[in-house]
Amino acid sequence: MSEETKSTNNCVLKLEDLTMQFGGVIAVNDLNLEVNQGEIVALIGPNGAGKTTAFNCITGVYEPTNGKVTYLGNTIVENHPQGKMKKLYTGENDGKYSNVVSQTPDKITKIGIARTFQNIRLFKSMTVFENVLIAKHLHMKQNVFSATFRINRAEEKRARMETESLLEEQGLLHLRDELAAGLPYGLQRRLEIARALATSPKLLLLDEPAAGMNPQETQELSDFIKQIRDKYNLTILMIEHHMDLVMYISERIYVLDFGKLIATGTPAEIQNNQRVIEAYLGVAEDA
Amino acid sequence: MKTNNKKNSLLTIFILIGVFVLVFVLEQILPANAMLFTVLQKGVIYALVAVSMNLLNGFTGLFSLGQAGFMLIGAYCYGIFTIPVLERASVYQYFDGGIIKFALPVPIALILAGLAAAVFAALIGIPVLRLKSDYLAIATLGFAEIIRAIFQWDKLGPVTNGSNLLRKFPSFNDFNITDANGAVIIRMSTLVPFIIVGICVLIIVLLINSSYGRAFKAIRDDEVAAEAMGINLFKHKEMSFVISSFFAGVGGALLAMYQMTIQASAFKSNMTYEILLVVVIGGIGSVTGSCIGSFLFIACSEWWLRGLDSGTFLGINAPVIFRSGFRKVVFAVIIMAIVLFYRKGLMGENEFSAYGIRNFFLRIFNKKKGEAKK
Repeated sequence: MSEETKSTNNCVLKLEDLTMQFGGVIAVNDLNLEVNQGEIVALIGPNGAGKTTAFNCITGVYEPTNGKVTYLGNTIVENHPQGKMKKLYTGENDGKYSNVVSQTPDKITKIGIARTFQNIRLFKSMTVFENVLIAKHLHMKQNVFSATFRINRAEEKRARMETESLLEEQGLLHLRDELAAGLPYGLQRRLEIARALATSPKLLLLDEPAAGMNPQETQELSDFIKQIRDKYNLTILMIEHHMDLVMYISERIYVLDFGKLIATGTPAEIQNNQRVIEAYLGVAEDA
Repeated sequence: MKTNNKKNSLLTIFILIGVFVLVFVLEQILPANAMLFTVLQKGVIYALVAVSMNLLNGFTGLFSLGQAGFMLIGAYCYGIFTIPVLERASVYQYFDGGIIKFALPVPIALILAGLAAAVFAALIGIPVLRLKSDYLAIATLGFAEIIRAIFQWDKLGPVTNGSNLLRKFPSFNDFNITDANGAVIIRMSTLVPFIIVGICVLIIVLLINSSYGRAFKAIRDDEVAAEAMGINLFKHKEMSFVISSFFAGVGGALLAMYQMTIQASAFKSNMTYEILLVVVIGGIGSVTGSCIGSFLFIACSEWWLRGLDSGTFLGINAPVIFRSGFRKVVFAVIIMAIVLFYRKGLMGENEFSAYGIRNFFLRIFNKKKGEAKK
């Protein structure tokens, strides 16, 4: 079953040679990344660097063209160039992988990887309470008959209690009957994170959680992320553009540019890395 | 808040029971051939099919147009299995009495009709539900047309009676309780369909308010987010599709009972459009809307507007204007008016409740009071 040694260190998520090619464009190129238990790791890079694509490969929205994703020692995604891609593929490590492992996003969520979205994707016609309650659906022991004829009353009650206590912890309980679409922007972000937490994840992927927030809200958010990490025993991988936030809370940073990893290290190391500065600010013509 | 909710749903249940009692009483008082019963019977059947379509279109966000096809399967399944053995020789006169030599009781045949439609739905759902919006609509519409052609196929005659009518199976009138001479003691021919549909709609409402119903609504609101919440898209879409088709099949069987004959050529795509119209007018995403919509639709098309075709309408006799076809013109205008003034259908996404009715009357009352003060 496992020729790969189950890593003795506490690695939660590991990407190996992950490559995603759309037609002739390589969006993510040979990405290697590791996230350890309890860490907050940031994935940064200029717009279009392929950060969200990497997220989509991990969560099963896209099938990567080549490479492997390991979660808690188990391969959850693996692919190699096939079919039309065989000829088109211009990335590296062609032929290194031979298995194909692919799962739909719901399965990935089930094994404990939850995510939020760059552009908020709440269920707009539903209340705050219902939005979180839906995330409880996957862990309820029931089938369609027991649910319809209310034989699962205990399960339903438990799900509702859990939702209520989660909302209380997140300070959203007073808004439980508000429509999700009617909340202010910052609260919608909070609700989306609460909803992701309701799936009981071990690994949380946050896609630009601070997008559109002012400095004060950003500051609050960074404390909030640390809080939930400690409270729910999470490991967090996040994409973010607010450098204050990234430098303040992340233990390690990966920097992507044009799909390629250009730097990795602690916030202090990244701040002084020449290539990162070039990627963000551009290179002077006559430098 | 909670006690209020309980009170509200109790009151709602009482009102619904009142409706059933009213139907029962009316049936005993009025003559059996009153137009009202035609409308009630056909309306309640359309209500069931419209609610089943709403489950798919309104609550799961799958735009499917296969309803007539599933109704046809249900109707045929019911007819084939319930024609009394003695009558089979005359019904299947061109096919040596058919190959099925037994008859099932009505309740079992009704469930079987639903199951047959559900099985077909499960099979075609596998390829078709991978499609989105308009493409799904076209694929399901095509399926319904194919089914209609297959059921008319001569080679299947021993089962389906080819393109000939199926008849002599139990109809709504067989629900009446009669004495030994066949004289009717208690009329049940409208109440029983009401009860059957009531049970079916109740099941759908329970489903919609269950954890699975929430998952359906999540898929409707945002597929990507629903998937990220651990909801298996295909499994839940297939489930909604199969359940919707089950009740469409039952609806088809009831329609067969109402019409007393079954012919495949009657289940045209027109029927699907009528039901879609009911769903849209009633309100996409409202069960009550579909029910109210179907009674209004049937009442208009079968009863209230009939005079427009035959010369006299509301006591005005003007055969020059009110002649054949004028009804459809007026009907079209009414529909356009409804769509213009009620953008989200008559009910929007709201449901029927005792408090809703109270608030509705309070609003009218307050308005009148306000006008009087001026």
